[in-house]
Amino acid sequence: MSLIAAEAGNGQRAAVAELREVTRRFGRRTVLDRLTLRVGRGELFGLLGPSGSGKTTLIKLITGIDKADGGTVELLGERMPKLSMFRRFGYMAQSDALYNELTAKENLLFFASLYGLKGAKRSERIQAAAAVVDLLDHLEKPVAAFSGGMKRRLSLAIALLHEPELLVLDEPTVGIDPVLRRSIWQELLRWRDSGTTIILTTHVMDEAEHCDRIGLIRDGRLTAVGSPGELKARAGAQTIEEAFILLGGGDRT
Amino acid sequence: MRTRALAVRIIRQFIRDKRTLALLFAAPLLVLTLVHFVFNGQTVKPHIGTVQVPAPLTERLEQAGADVRSFDTAEQAEAEMRKGKLDAIVSVRGGVPSILLEGSDPSVSKAALLTIQQTVQSVAGGAGVQPAVSYMYGKESLTSFDSFGPVLIGFFSFFFVFLLAGVAFLRERTTGTLERLLATPIRRTELVAGYLSGFGLFALLQAALIAWFAVDVLGLYMEGSIWLVLLVNLLLTMTALTLGTLLSSFAGNEFQIIQFIPVVIVPQVFFSGLFNLDAMEPWLQNVSYVMPLYYGADALRSIMIRGEGLGDIWADVLVLLGFSAAFALLNVLALKKQRPI
Repeated sequence: MSLIAAEAGNGQRAAVAELREVTRRFGRRTVLDRLTLRVGRGELFGLLGPSGSGKTTLIKLITGIDKADGGTVELLGERMPKLSMFRRFGYMAQSDALYNELTAKENLLFFASLYGLKGAKRSERIQAAAAVVDLLDHLEKPVAAFSGGMKRRLSLAIALLHEPELLVLDEPTVGIDPVLRRSIWQELLRWRDSGTTIILTTHVMDEAEHCDRIGLIRDGRLTAVGSPGELKARAGAQTIEEAFILLGGGDRT
Repeated sequence: MRTRALAVRIIRQFIRDKRTLALLFAAPLLVLTLVHFVFNGQTVKPHIGTVQVPAPLTERLEQAGADVRSFDTAEQAEAEMRKGKLDAIVSVRGGVPSILLEGSDPSVSKAALLTIQQTVQSVAGGAGVQPAVSYMYGKESLTSFDSFGPVLIGFFSFFFVFLLAGVAFLRERTTGTLERLLATPIRRTELVAGYLSGFGLFALLQAALIAWFAVDVLGLYMEGSIWLVLLVNLLLTMTALTLGTLLSSFAGNEFQIIQFIPVVIVPQVFFSGLFNLDAMEPWLQNVSYVMPLYYGADALRSIMIRGEGLGDIWADVLVLLGFSAAFALLNVLALKKQRPI
């Protein structure tokens, strides 16, 4: 464990995601500005930043849903965007993109089929994914009857369906109560320990403590990257929040 | 005070939504202008063919405002009528004039019949010559509903599928499920094809129900094959489906889908054949060639009133297929806006 953490700190493992000088503009507004980042295999990497800082745009570039205006994005060694790569990662969007008229099981069936799962394997994966997020008892209910937390868990289950080696999660715990948030984090850590690479975004500072490494993002630039301990030490701060302000918001002090 | 605040807010929202504002003022003018051109065009001349009739009768018919063409044999004239070029054929058999009416549009038939009867009376000098009247298509009792019923069948299928598909695809986009879908290995073509098949099933059911109800319950005149009616209706709804999903890319909410009705749907009604296209200015008549509903309505009328088969309506079928294919392709391209690959 300590060995893994040390390696993660150096980012010396085989790269899962490699971004070089990535720029993305919407009209005249530059949302990402020559951003360079490397995420290693098996890492739990957190992108931390306020809303509007470019986290979601960065996630979309990494997954290939969007295309960079400048620079290169490589995922698992492939130049993005590339259609076949959508098979290789599990994705959870910021909003719960679910079909409310359908039951949880029908939603899972639909997405499982999109990932090419069929027959017994598909049923088995649906059961397994639902078990992980503790929704086995609610599979037959229409999603419209779900609470916010249940919808979030169902979205997470969909991301896990095809047993991806990489999980890309955009604000996985937003709008979730503290108890559920803790249980989701326990799951995330367990998957990390079993070898899954996880890239997620958050704007909750204390969540960042759980990550192997954090990238502080602000106004489309990475202001600092490192393990929570390193960042705090570098800033001479007690908490990630202080470190974020000291390292990331130099222009405001 | 609170009333004022609410009114000010509504005014602000209106000003922000430029498209709604434009539509509120421009759409009534557009539709009114269309109505003006449709009903204030040229007078409709009955197209009459004559088969070896005395010269004075032909002259009188022309004086009465008819467009008259002479033929040597009845077969030649009837062939022209099948092409839709003639409304009536006048011939003389055994001293008695006989009139063959095209018959698929009661109002046109009546106008042609009236012109001929009055002319015959005046030539015969008021004597009681009763021309024998027969119909190529339809029958004397063909009502207006029989005549534009086929057009309405096509129109309602088109209209509802257009709205439904537009709103469904818009919701897919605004609820984020489209983005979620596009984060899976699905191809853009697969997505469009999926929409076509899923909605196509219900479009087909709807078309079958409408056709059955109109023919068997309401007694709509039906000469041709019900399967052809279903085929044409299905193609027409496919066009509506692909057009609806395509235009929904340009709408931000359900309200803006509704706004497509006066711009996309209403003009098609005017060019669908519900109103006599011959009454329009010739340059305006050409607009009908870009309207999918025109081809659908033409094919449905041909099948239901004239009893024509696939061999006669294949051109309409091909054009409808072409529209669907073109709109589907544009859909695939429009999805690039959501995902570059």
